[in-house]
Amino acid sequence: MAKKLLEIKNLKQHFNIGKPNLVKAVDGITFDIYKGETLGLVGESGCGKSTTGRTIIRLYDATDGQVLFSGEDVHGKKSSKELKNFNRKMQMIFQDPYASLNPRMTVADIIAEGIDIHGLANSKKDRMERVYQLLETVGLNKEHANRYPHEFSGGQRQRIGIARALAVEPDFIIADEPISALDVSIQAQVVNLLKKLQREKGLTYLFIAHDLSMVKYISDRIGVMYFGKLVELATAEDLYNNPMHPYTQSLLSAIPLPDPDTERTRKRKSYDPKVHNYSEKDKVEMREIAPGHFVYCSEKEANQYKAQYVK
Amino acid sequence: MEKILEVKDLEVSFQTYGGSVKAVRGVSFDLHKGETLAIVGESGSGKSVTSQTIMKLIPMPPGKITGGQILFNGEDIVPKTDKQMQKIRGKEISMIFQDPMTSLNPTMKVGYQIMEVLIKHQNMSKQAAKARAIELLSLVGIPMPERRVNQYPHEFSGGMRQRVMIAIALAANPKLLIADEPTTALDVTIQAQILDLMKDLQSKMDTSIIFITHDLGVVANVADRVAVMYAGQIVEMGTVDEIFYDPRHPYTWGLLASMPSLDNDDKAELAAIPGTPPDLTNPPKGDAFAARNNYALAIDFEEEPPMYQISETHFAKTWLLHPDAPKVEPPDAVKKRMRQLSSAFKQPVLVKEGN
Repeated sequence: MAKKLLEIKNLKQHFNIGKPNLVKAVDGITFDIYKGETLGLVGESGCGKSTTGRTIIRLYDATDGQVLFSGEDVHGKKSSKELKNFNRKMQMIFQDPYASLNPRMTVADIIAEGIDIHGLANSKKDRMERVYQLLETVGLNKEHANRYPHEFSGGQRQRIGIARALAVEPDFIIADEPISALDVSIQAQVVNLLKKLQREKGLTYLFIAHDLSMVKYISDRIGVMYFGKLVELATAEDLYNNPMHPYTQSLLSAIPLPDPDTERTRKRKSYDPKVHNYSEKDKVEMREIAPGHFVYCSEKEANQYKAQYVK
Repeated sequence: MEKILEVKDLEVSFQTYGGSVKAVRGVSFDLHKGETLAIVGESGSGKSVTSQTIMKLIPMPPGKITGGQILFNGEDIVPKTDKQMQKIRGKEISMIFQDPMTSLNPTMKVGYQIMEVLIKHQNMSKQAAKARAIELLSLVGIPMPERRVNQYPHEFSGGMRQRVMIAIALAANPKLLIADEPTTALDVTIQAQILDLMKDLQSKMDTSIIFITHDLGVVANVADRVAVMYAGQIVEMGTVDEIFYDPRHPYTWGLLASMPSLDNDDKAELAAIPGTPPDLTNPPKGDAFAARNNYALAIDFEEEPPMYQISETHFAKTWLLHPDAPKVEPPDAVKKRMRQLSSAFKQPVLVKEGN
């Protein structure tokens, strides 16, 4: 079994606490991310998947719960030195390549910002060499270093965002819908690049997206979120072959596939949270119904799921 | 079947400081009654400009229709004035836009936005229009329409707003509905609901639909026929089965191969299309796709490919179908889905020389 890189324990992120418009964006989720794997996180807009990513990297302060990175708590009081050290290990790639790059900085400065902050380069020459190296890694070339973001297309900008995240040599990258804003033909390019980097550098990814077919392709394990809760967590294949939670089933039945024959016979399932009919006595929590396959359910449901589960 | 729309050699360009951008370069297609035609392509391929030109919604200037005809019910709408177009827009042809958040007027009640169409095009009284608006809201599946009719767009969710947009578009029983990426901004579960709704309404009202999207999954779900656009031209067109099971153009291969499939578990690298689309201020010589095409022949860089016909309904614009062209194998991901279709001719037939 691979080593746990990240442990998320009962993480909660509530907004507007103490006001009538309290939002429980993330409401007590627990999962681990192993070293070198890609964990996909899927769900509808507003289910809290992006908030989860942002809370893990401490862009938000968690309301409750713990995020342990290599055994160390991410949240809580930290000196600026500790924080800096931590920021180097964890990086983020954002959804919108148009909004996440400073339009007034050259590509070289954008990529080297992290290198400067952490003092990773000994000299100006070393700094530029690192930038050139990174540009090459992500499939751009060194002539691009002195240009500005507006001179690039969406796919190229996303590559710059990836180079920026790689500049500080992180262990863990959170990719928040990195391909949603790109064209189909370009999406495949970026996904291939992310996979190549993972192979070469042993990176660990948290891949947040709503495009389920791409998530299945890139992820080793997938977590499904619904209304701030993680409802199912399993390996990518297992989740697609044996979806247990009714929400996962409805989500899977809604993905349009590029195959006219299956589309003609498609049966769509809808999900109504009332089907669970939980009483107050029921203890609803994540239960393991098959090795490595977790479902958020009551004890009674867990027994049902176990019976239904096909190997 | 009755032809409702015929587009012939349409050319549209935009004047910019950098020169004129030839967004649509000779597009021809037709549309039958009750049929759904999907137009696919990446951003900048001219799919949205083509559809907006049919409604003459492109700003002129800087936009200009530099050639071709758009025959709607046999009548050319290219020379029509703005005033004449107002009688067609919303009544004969209507449109659903991509972003339901910005395409409704935030200061008007949704009921009134539907009534506007009815009062203007069908000379209804206010009361009759309101009653019809409530009917339409329930038709598109909005619960409690009597109450919802008096609400403002911000009180609706994204999927509900798109339903309102559909109600507005269908209010005057248009013959042609243009849907420009109507589900791109929505979640998969909501997307499935909207697609079902559109198909259901189409069968009730016998409307023809032009459906613009870049999601091939959606295309497989809704389309009867598919047109694949690249760099302002239709590079392949055929029935949905022909495009998905017997594609002939390397760009269509590329699109199909770059999507991961859910049923196969192998984790081989995706076959991405390298590079980026060309700049249409100076469209490249020969085939616009040649620079990104692994199957490009020497002639692709010299001469524009001609259009070949593969069956009654299937057309592809590629030199690979030329009798002298080398036999090439499509990518593995595409080969897996290929099958022999009975409708195909024995030999592709040349129908139109490249320019």
